[in-house]
Amino acid sequence: MTTPANASPPLNVDIKPPTLAVAVSAASVGSENQPEEIAIRAHGLNSWYGTVQALKGISLEIPKCRVTALIGPSGCGKSTFLRCMNRMNDPIPGARASGTLTLHGDDLLARTLDVVELRRRVGMVFQKPNPFTKSIYDNVAFGPRLHRSFRRTDLDELVENSLRAAALWDEVKDRLKSSALGLSGGQQQRLCIARAIAVGPEVLLMDEPCSALDPRSTASIEQLIRELETNYTIVIVTHNMQQAARVSDRTAFFFEGTLVECGSTDRIFTNPTNKQTEDYVSGRFG
Amino acid sequence: MHSLGAQAQSNTRRRSPGEIVAAAVPASQLRRRVVDRTFLALCIVFTGLAVVILGILLVTIWQDGHTRLSWQFLNSFASRRTEEAGVRAPMWGSIWACVICALAAVPIGVGTAIYLEEFSKRSRFRSFIQLNIANLAGVPSIVYGILGLTAFARAFGSASTDSPITIGQPESFFYLQLPFGHGVLAGGLTLMLVVLPIIIVSSQEALRSVPRSLRTASLALGGTQWQTTWNITLPASIPMIMTGAILAMSRAIGEAAPILVLGVPLFIRTTPINLMSDFTVLPLQIYNWAMRQQSGFHELAAAAIIVLLAVLLTLNAVAVIIRHRLQRAAS
Repeated sequence: MTTPANASPPLNVDIKPPTLAVAVSAASVGSENQPEEIAIRAHGLNSWYGTVQALKGISLEIPKCRVTALIGPSGCGKSTFLRCMNRMNDPIPGARASGTLTLHGDDLLARTLDVVELRRRVGMVFQKPNPFTKSIYDNVAFGPRLHRSFRRTDLDELVENSLRAAALWDEVKDRLKSSALGLSGGQQQRLCIARAIAVGPEVLLMDEPCSALDPRSTASIEQLIRELETNYTIVIVTHNMQQAARVSDRTAFFFEGTLVECGSTDRIFTNPTNKQTEDYVSGRFG
Repeated sequence: MHSLGAQAQSNTRRRSPGEIVAAAVPASQLRRRVVDRTFLALCIVFTGLAVVILGILLVTIWQDGHTRLSWQFLNSFASRRTEEAGVRAPMWGSIWACVICALAAVPIGVGTAIYLEEFSKRSRFRSFIQLNIANLAGVPSIVYGILGLTAFARAFGSASTDSPITIGQPESFFYLQLPFGHGVLAGGLTLMLVVLPIIIVSSQEALRSVPRSLRTASLALGGTQWQTTWNITLPASIPMIMTGAILAMSRAIGEAAPILVLGVPLFIRTTPINLMSDFTVLPLQIYNWAMRQQSGFHELAAAAIIVLLAVLLTLNAVAVIIRHRLQRAAS
């Protein structure tokens, strides 16, 4: 298991100093007694690809403006769960879901749901940075333009704010018109985050956002996730235990389509109740 | 053989200083080398053959025809006297028919490809259409000529060709009649039938080559399927679509059979003024001249072939320029 912390320790300390960890754990303990506001609520969620059942009765609550990490071995259903939340499984032939999944009370599985509006509310960042073959400016402006027309000055402002929120503004402000493909991998991924933010989502889904990046870029994305947490509900799928420990408030451990354990990140990593969880987070399997 | 062997040995020796290894390898390595070289030689011979054949073709045509090439040749109508004959009518006929064909075939073909690749669900209906398009690409062009004659020239016999329904004056540009008769519109649409399968298949290939991750990114931002197609998929695939369209147009401009079946006059002394005008095309004129006995007409045919190739290259060059513009705009 590689630890980005070794490569860039100064950044890492910024992300989560030990004192903060204590604070988070205290908050989480408190939240388990008196629940904070829940953004996404899954109850008995099942999902199939054809005859293969990928999710088996998942019940999980994702708190608002917190980072929730989904961990587990490959093929355990965590990405499927993520993609259920913005209905990105829809185009896959034979994909279907049952149970309940709600975002602030709105049924996400309803046939009548406007998926276009849903995806505006639930943004997504993918494993591999996938900027469009357009300029940096047009990449960020792409989403907002899909939904309505803007005055030039408003759009300029929106693009700047989004790039600032993704901690990319200072690096690209002088070359907004040049191609996004000229950026480094880490910059491209932050551009993808800026692009997702630009449409004003409530939730950001991140599917292994750092697995194609070098340690330094990873550290900057992790720091960014921590900053975005104040405004966005973030759900992140990761294969990197340290990353889950560093960036998330709550962690859910998936195994073979079931949710094995879910709780505050602190507790999952220091005192898991389930034997499987303990083996996984300590690196004994998976 | 000897030199090859020596070379192989020296190569091996350079790689591995151990004498035993060097002695053991050459037998199989030599064989692989010989096969490799032989194959390369064969490839060069075949490529050279193609180039030589093309060269002979061009040189003989140039020798036969270049004396006839002149401004007067381009600007005169066909005539029984070889020294007065020219390609004005068929040249403009070819250009009109090709432009009509492109204007009709590219939107329909690309639209069909977009539907099949981006919108249709995997179904029996879709595989049925797919299978038919693949088969249509292999249908001889004369068959399309019959279809064009029935559908466009005669409108399935629904109205009499002798007394067509007309809109506008026959002398004006905005003149239409139903059925179309054997005017240049019917010709262009018949050529469209010939090239449509080619355009559809090549456009599908082009759309398929666009990375799925780009579509996913657009959809995840809340784009509809159409917004994704229009803003992302289509711009990224336009260069390849244009390449397919260029090839298709090259085929269209060279077709004689479907136009012949349409029943166009072989000898006309006018250029088209509207969509219903009589027309003929260069391949037909070439065919017509090549059939004559006198050598003067053979020279005319060769000159017309040069004009045909020139028109073809010009159209291709225009398309290539457009493609480059779009490519630069997209990146």
